[in-house]
Amino acid sequence: MPAPTRSARPVTPTRPERRAGAGQGRVPLLLGLPALVALVFLLLPLVGLLVRAPWSRTVEVLTSPTALQALRLSLVTATASTALSVALGVPLAWLLARPGLRGAALLRALVTVPLVLPPVVGGVALFTVLGRSGLLGRPLYALTGFAFPFTPYAVVLAQLFVALPYLVLAVEGALRAADRRYEEAAATLGARPGTVFWRVTLPLVGPGVGAGAVLAWARALGEFGATITFAGSFPGTTRTMPLEVYLALETDPDAALLLAVLLLGVSVAVLVLLRDRWSGRW
Amino acid sequence: MSAPRPGLAAALAALAPALLLAGCGSAAPAGPGAAGATPAAVGGTITVLAAASLTGAFTTIGHDFEASHPGSTVVLSFGSSATLAAQVAQGAPADVFAAASPATMATVREQVDAPVDIASNTLEIAVPAGNPGRVHGLADFADPHLRIAVCAPQVPCGAAAAQLFAAAGVEAEPDTLESDVKAVLQKVTSDEVDAALVYRTDVLAAGAQVEGIDVPQASAAVSRYPVAVVRASRNPVTAAAFVAQVRSADGQRVLRAAGFARP
Repeated sequence: MPAPTRSARPVTPTRPERRAGAGQGRVPLLLGLPALVALVFLLLPLVGLLVRAPWSRTVEVLTSPTALQALRLSLVTATASTALSVALGVPLAWLLARPGLRGAALLRALVTVPLVLPPVVGGVALFTVLGRSGLLGRPLYALTGFAFPFTPYAVVLAQLFVALPYLVLAVEGALRAADRRYEEAAATLGARPGTVFWRVTLPLVGPGVGAGAVLAWARALGEFGATITFAGSFPGTTRTMPLEVYLALETDPDAALLLAVLLLGVSVAVLVLLRDRWSGRW
Repeated sequence: MSAPRPGLAAALAALAPALLLAGCGSAAPAGPGAAGATPAAVGGTITVLAAASLTGAFTTIGHDFEASHPGSTVVLSFGSSATLAAQVAQGAPADVFAAASPATMATVREQVDAPVDIASNTLEIAVPAGNPGRVHGLADFADPHLRIAVCAPQVPCGAAAAQLFAAAGVEAEPDTLESDVKAVLQKVTSDEVDAALVYRTDVLAAGAQVEGIDVPQASAAVSRYPVAVVRASRNPVTAAAFVAQVRSADGQRVLRAAGFARP
């Protein structure tokens, strides 16, 4: 991304740097206790996984070709669907956050539909549109002989369907919180709308885009229901890590725990590494 | 390099693992087990965990049992045999367990009384209505141009499919290896595959959306269905009566109608 010009450089008024010691006072019990319960509730199941996992079989399970194949497919497809989410979701968020957009409330509600839809139903919904006999899938199949189901593209589409709303909501929130006066100032100084978006708006909401991309990536990486329905499950082609874990649960529950821990470990490592990148960049 | 900043990104990074397995729901067994002390006579509530392929037949048998044993209630919970076995092993409040394979039943042999076979099932080719791929037999499963769905070899229906392909000498070229037979059937009903191998009972249950094609070699892979009373049952008398009902002439007639064969 090009560096913002001097006149348009945002000062990020929405994210003031925290002074050392700010907010370091005593935590009120009314906040501290529920916060602690929330933390324990979220972390205990992870601890349970770690305790129950058969660590003596770690090397055998984690270096098996099927596990590595599934992990590789998961990382590639989740990254691809996150890139697509950013490319399509940021413009949509920008549209939704525009003041005075008619029907914005309805649009926003529709965007969140995939969040409440059971993912398996999402997979069936994708069939009805993009399947071999779907609305768009049928002409595509008739013309080219290509159909999405059972290909890695179907995995990416399934992940995009469930992950895109997270990105749109995160970026839209950031856009609403951003100070519009910088955009207005840039426009007053003669910047065209496209220039304002690239040089002012986008740098302003950078952290929001980053946060949304993280949510989208995490959701895509864990995607199960829509994938197994719409993409099927074939080793190396469509069987991502969550599908591999599910299959292993049926046959070798111990191995399934180790695979789940591997998926968690890789995702946490990637997220921690990325976090340092952003805070340096924005 | 700036110092790590506690903020939204950090909060999200901490939150992300919780999202990872979002959507992997699992069905809990429905309803409580029998309440109160062990009744000497048949009555009260029993919970029956049964393989998904038994859904139609066991629902009917459950109604018949309630009708012929006033005061008794049968709570049914259907799912993948392996999932249900895991629930039995974890001490779920169940009274009867019916699995789709003796191997699955064997995983809970410590938790159940001696199992008895109640039915058997064979595989059949399922194609979408109209047979768009013009599939005639098992040999078509080797055609890489056709879209084919079968169960993964790790689950019972997939193991049976592998046996069948071996017996017929067919090198199958599947496009997807599903983790249970209902997922395979769903690919057929939504017209996404040209052919699939499912149980005979699944073809019958799917109705007009699916056409079945008999496989001459089907007897090479027969799946047996064992049923057993769970040892921890708090209503073993009623549980045993239910198993007897399944084995009775009436119960067997219901199973035959659903497409099952003799055990």
